[in-house]
This record gives sequence, structure tokens and C-alpha cells, in this order.
Amino acid sequence: MSTTTDVNETKGRILRLLGEIAPEAEVTTLRPDVSFRDQFDLDSMDFLNFVVALHTEFHVEIPEADYPKYMTLNGCLAQLSAPRS
Amino acid sequence: MADFVMPTLGADMTEGTLVQWKKREGDHVSKGEIIAEVDTEKAAIDVECHATGVIERLITRPGDKVPVGTIMAVIRENGQTTTGQTGPQAVAPQATVPAPAPRVDRVPGSAPQPGRLRISPAARKLAAERGIDPKGLQGTGPEGAITLEDIEGAASVAPELPRPAVGADRQARMRQTIATAMARSKREIPHYYLSTTIDMGPAIAWLSEANQRRPVTERLLYGVLLIKAVALALRQVPELNALWKEGQAIRSERIHIGTAISLRQGGLVAPALHDADRLSLSDLMKNFQDLVKRARAGSLRSSEMSDPTMTVTSLGEQGVETVFGVIYPPQVALVGFGKIVERPWVTHGQVLPRPVIMASLSADHRVTDGHRGGLFLSEIDRLLQKPQSL
Amino acid sequence: MTKITYREAVRIGLREALQRNPRVFLMGEDVGKYGGTYACSKGLLDEFGPERIRDTPLSESTFVGAGIGAALGGMRPIVEVMTVNFSLLALDQILNNAATLRHMSGGQFSVPLVVRMATGAGRQVAAQHSHSLEGWYAHIPGITVLTPATVTDARGMLLTALHEPDPVFIFEHAYLYSIEGELEEGPPAVDISRAAVRRTGKDVSLMTFGGSVWKALAAATQLAQEGIEAEVVDLRVLRPLDIGTILASVQKTHRAVVIDEAWRTGSFAAEIAAQIMEEAFYDLDAPVARVCSEEVPIPYPKHLEDAALPQPEKIVRAVHRLLGRG
Repeated sequence: MSTTTDVNETKGRILRLLGEIAPEAEVTTLRPDVSFRDQFDLDSMDFLNFVVALHTEFHVEIPEADYPKYMTLNGCLAQLSAPRS
Repeated sequence: MADFVMPTLGADMTEGTLVQWKKREGDHVSKGEIIAEVDTEKAAIDVECHATGVIERLITRPGDKVPVGTIMAVIRENGQTTTGQTGPQAVAPQATVPAPAPRVDRVPGSAPQPGRLRISPAARKLAAERGIDPKGLQGTGPEGAITLEDIEGAASVAPELPRPAVGADRQARMRQTIATAMARSKREIPHYYLSTTIDMGPAIAWLSEANQRRPVTERLLYGVLLIKAVALALRQVPELNALWKEGQAIRSERIHIGTAISLRQGGLVAPALHDADRLSLSDLMKNFQDLVKRARAGSLRSSEMSDPTMTVTSLGEQGVETVFGVIYPPQVALVGFGKIVERPWVTHGQVLPRPVIMASLSADHRVTDGHRGGLFLSEIDRLLQKPQSL
Repeated sequence: MTKITYREAVRIGLREALQRNPRVFLMGEDVGKYGGTYACSKGLLDEFGPERIRDTPLSESTFVGAGIGAALGGMRPIVEVMTVNFSLLALDQILNNAATLRHMSGGQFSVPLVVRMATGAGRQVAAQHSHSLEGWYAHIPGITVLTPATVTDARGMLLTALHEPDPVFIFEHAYLYSIEGELEEGPPAVDISRAAVRRTGKDVSLMTFGGSVWKALAAATQLAQEGIEAEVVDLRVLRPLDIGTILASVQKTHRAVVIDEAWRTGSFAAEIAAQIMEEAFYDLDAPVARVCSEEVPIPYPKHLEDAALPQPEKIVRAVHRLLGRG
């Protein structure tokens, strides 16, 4: 079970990684259900860097087929807060 | 003795500002090592040294704007002895014959001694108080010293920026540079345009299969396949891999693909991926990632800015299906890729949905004709059908 | 108010001093019958008589020594040494006696002596008669060194000096004697502890004294036409130096040119520059510049003498260099 604190902490880490890739991104007004690419003008290179950053930060394997699941903040939270198998 | 001169870091660069030296007098430098940071209209560029040896003299001072070709430093190449009176052997004769010390009538504005920043004590203090880095400021005081007024001027331009004079209006200047280069291109280069649609099915299938086996840190983007295919195709049609100089096209032995990278704050740079035809896809990907990162951080190297032999632009990310680009002079060709879209595709008498991409060629008609250009696009298509051999 | 010459101002000061205090007397070569080499004491012999206006033999050591003795004995002598050039003959009396007796006597003896002398070049009197050695005298602790540049100071400094318990040396630039000016309002005796700002400005400070004050003012006028506002600081007192006024000016303008008619090496200008750098280094926006005489015996021909001395044009050029316009 993940608590609210856990979710907030995970969210903070995700936004920090995002900020490193798109420094000008206004993460405070980020809409959690809209894709990062649409909100922040990320290109495929940026997105790949983001996935790599998630991998390094959260120690998760993200196969290419799963990329779409990480396109939004809510998507990321769902993936990263899920119990590890 | 080798001269280190202000390099051309782009077709329309006429002068550059030395931001800082990365080496000191007496330091050893190797060919390809970063020796200086130079600011152009487009970006701050790390400039590589083209000789190996010891830096005998740094002539240009940080903050000085000098024309392209100006000797900025003198490098004593390996095996040479010193020419100046800087070595220890110069001490003995000086001791026995005390040279008369003529009163040097210092001419303000003449080339001052390199080394420590020339700044007045009051200006240095004010700069510290205001958090301004005086390096890179153009001094207006005696012998080009940075004065209170210069610091105040810099402070009023951009109170918080670490490098005010350098970074302040870069965006406007970049726009101006792009304007100049593109206007020159359209004025001087008789462009012709070709395009073809390429089936990306095999390439994408191969790529996702390859990426499945690769850890996330080593995965490839399809853009790298495109760059590699273009680079290999240039081997077959080498006249497109050339620079137009003084009325004729000079073919380049090596293939350095300029990759158009849009910057977040606006504007565009197209630095080179060196020897793109010879690198493995993995290495090309690594270099590409590194290049994008540094382009956006503003730390490109001089050679990357100055020596692309042909440019690839891809607007597919923005959802555009076709792009006919403007050649970046003095190059003679540019390849554009649009977005990968799924389209009905007839193959072996069957209509199938296939991911396809529109590839275009903009080429200089002074150098090549449509026939060769067509062969070139066909070659790219052919290579992309066999991605495993890229 | 009518204009008077510097020479007249000196004479007025002498007369006032002689009138105020019966213990004051004037002594020197040709001060009596001849009326003074520069005519400063003209008419005073008739007015005050030979007891108080005393002609001396051509022996500087003797009559400066006699002045010291008179001062020790309770008189208030004004000794006129014709020019600084001849004062070297009296240097032993000045340095070893006048300047040290208070110290050597453990404070028991005072030497309230005033010595006046002409100084400086610019009148085509050649190398032996054109020295500017007031900077040398300013090196000596125990004495006061004054350089009046205006008619008000030429008259009033003498009066204040006569109230000093220790020796005071007044250097009158020979070039100034015929210059005219208006006496300022106020009591005749003037302060002899402070420098004076003769012209205010914000861009550069011209630090100078004596005859060069007028050259600095001329340069400032020229600079003003280009929009450069130069401040002219008249040091007035070389010892003890009013460093506060100097620093205040530098802290305002951030640039200083020191003008001194002495030779550059070891000049008083060097002392000023050093003190500015010691006390106001972080206020400086340019190196302190000096305009001094060329390091040659002062030439006789006019064009060469002019070329050897500080001139307004040289000051202007120095300012241009400091402003990066040179």
C-alpha cells in the first residue's frame, strides 16, 4: 500500500527529473493527465532522457513498449507506485 | 610555431568574442583539446586546438572581440624551442647586461598583456557587490581595463545573469544570424528539390526488436538510423558531401552530418556528428545524445559548429509530414525528414498499412543535377530497407 | 573688491603681521633697501624701520641660523630666503636645528620661525634657479610646509603661521607673484591645516599645489568643454598632509592625476599617489597618474623649458588616458 506521503514524494522526484530535462517547464501548472510532450514540447530525445532518468532514479526497467504509460504524470505515478514484483 | 586563430564557427561568422581561455601560458595542449571558449552570435563554443605543443603566448584577452583569422595565441609545437624571452635560458644574459628600462609609453587600446583580468580595483569591488562576473565584459578604461562604468552598464543590462554582455541579446543575434545565412542561401544557391516516400516498416520493426534487447540507457532512436542511412548514401553520391568555396564545390573526404537541433529558448543550431558513416549505431546514438545535450547547454565545440559537410533536418517531431529545407551555406545539400505516418502501401500487389516517412533533398543545382539527387534519395531508401546492415 | 597681485598680497600679509605683533621682524637678502627680490617688502623699511626690516649678508646658513636663535629667544622672525635654490645652503640649520630642537630639548625649546622662499621654474632662469624642492622639505618631520596658490592664502597663511609654535616654511611660486586675484571675504588669517577644492567635478581629481594649481584649473576648463568634469584639489599644506580631503575627492571621482612641478622620481606626487593607493585602492577606477617635470636640468630656452614642465595640455592628455580616451 502506498500512502499519500509516498505519492507526494514520488511526484516530487518525477517533477524534479522533468525539470532537469526541460528547465523552462512550469511544473507547478502541470496537468497530470496531459502528456508531457504536449505540455512541454519534449521531443523523442528528451523523452528518452526522461525515461533513462526514471530508470536511474527509481531503479525500474522500462521496456520501449511501456513508454506510452509514462507519457503523463498520472501514468508515471501509477507505474512507479505499483507494488514491485 | 603554430598560430591559434579565431576560427570560423559558422558560415556567416565574421568575428567572435573570447569568453575565456581554458589553458594558460606554458600549458601543454594536444590537437583536439579545448583551448578556449568563444562566443558567437549563436552560442558559446568550446574551441579545439589544432596543434600539439606548449602555449607560448595568449594574445587575445577574455572579453575581446576579434575578427575571424586573428591570431589569438601562439603554440610552440613539440620539438621547437622557445623564441621569446620567456624561458629560463633568457635569465642569464639579462642578469649580466642590465637592459635599460625605457619608459614604455603605453598606448591605450594596444594589445595588453594576457593573464590576469584587466579591471580597476573599484570595478572589481562593484562587480563582486552586484554579483557580476566581469570576465567577458568589454573594458572601456585605460588600456581596455574594465571600469566602474562598464560594470554599471553590465548591471543595467542584466542584473542577475552571470555573463551579462555575452548572453543578454543572444536570441536576437541568433535570429539575425539565421536570417543572414538563410537569405544568403536563397540569394546565392539555386536550390532544386526532390522527395520520395520511404517504407519505414523494416526499420521500425528492426529497431523495436533491437531496443528490446538493449537496456534503457542504450536504446536507439529512429533518427539515428536516418542519419546513418544519409551518411552511407553520401558515400555513393559524394558530390553532395561538399562545400562551395570560391566558385567551386570542394568535396569532403569525411562525412560530418550537421543535425538541426532546435533550442528550447528559440533558434536553431546544426552542429556536426563527425564521421557519421563510420560510427556504429550505438556510438552514433551516444554522440547524438551528447550533441543535443551540449547544444542546449551552450557548450558546443568549434569543430562541430564549423565543419558539417551536409545537414539533416527532421521536423517529424512537430507532426509535419514533409519538409523542404534551405541549404546551410557553404554546404551544397540538405536532407529533410517528416513524420512517420501510417499509410496504405502497395507491395507485391497488396495494399497494406505501413509506417512511411517523406524524405526530401534540397540541393545546389550548381553542383549536382536532379538525376544524381534522385539516386541519392533512392540509396537512402535502399539502406533503410536493410536496417541490420546500417 | 579690487584685484591685487600675489606680490601685493604677500606684502599686505607682511605689513599686517608686523603691525599686529612687535616681536615680528623680517630678515633676508635685499628685503630692506631693495624692497625684496620680488618686491614683496617694498616700502616696509620706510614704514617699520631697519630694526624690523633687516638686510642680511649673502649667507643663508647664517641668517636662517640667526632666525632660529631669535625664535628660541622669544622673537617671531620671518626669514626670507631669496629662492629655494639657495635654501640648500641653509639646509643644515633647517634640518638639524629648526626641525629637531623641540625633540632634542625634550619639549623645552620651541622654534616659532617662519621661513618664506620663492620656488619653481617657468621664468627662463635656467637650471640652477628653477628648482621645485618643496617636496624635499615636506619629507622632514617637525616642520610645516605651506604652498599658497591664491592671493588669499599668500596673505593669510603668513598670519596663521606666525602663531605656530614650530617652524613653518612657506613656498611662494615665483611665477605666481604677478598673478592677480581677489581677496576672499573673511578674517585675514586663514587655516593652514586643510586642502581646498578649487573646482568641483565628478570625473577625475587633479591633485596639485602651488604654481601648478592654475595649470590644473586651466586643464579643467579645457576638459569641461569635452564634458569631462575635473575636480581640482589644491593641497595647500604639504606637511602635515590633509589626506582626508584627497581621499574624499578620489572616493567621489575614482580617478586621480597628481600634478607636481618637481621631477617625477621621488616627487611629492609619488607620496600622494602612494597614499591614495594605500587608503583608497578599492575606490580607484584607474591607476593614479602623475604629471611632473621631465627628469632633466630645467632648460633655459623657453620652448624647452615649457616642454620640460607640467602644462595644461599634458594634464588633459593624462586625464584622457585615465578615461580610456587616449
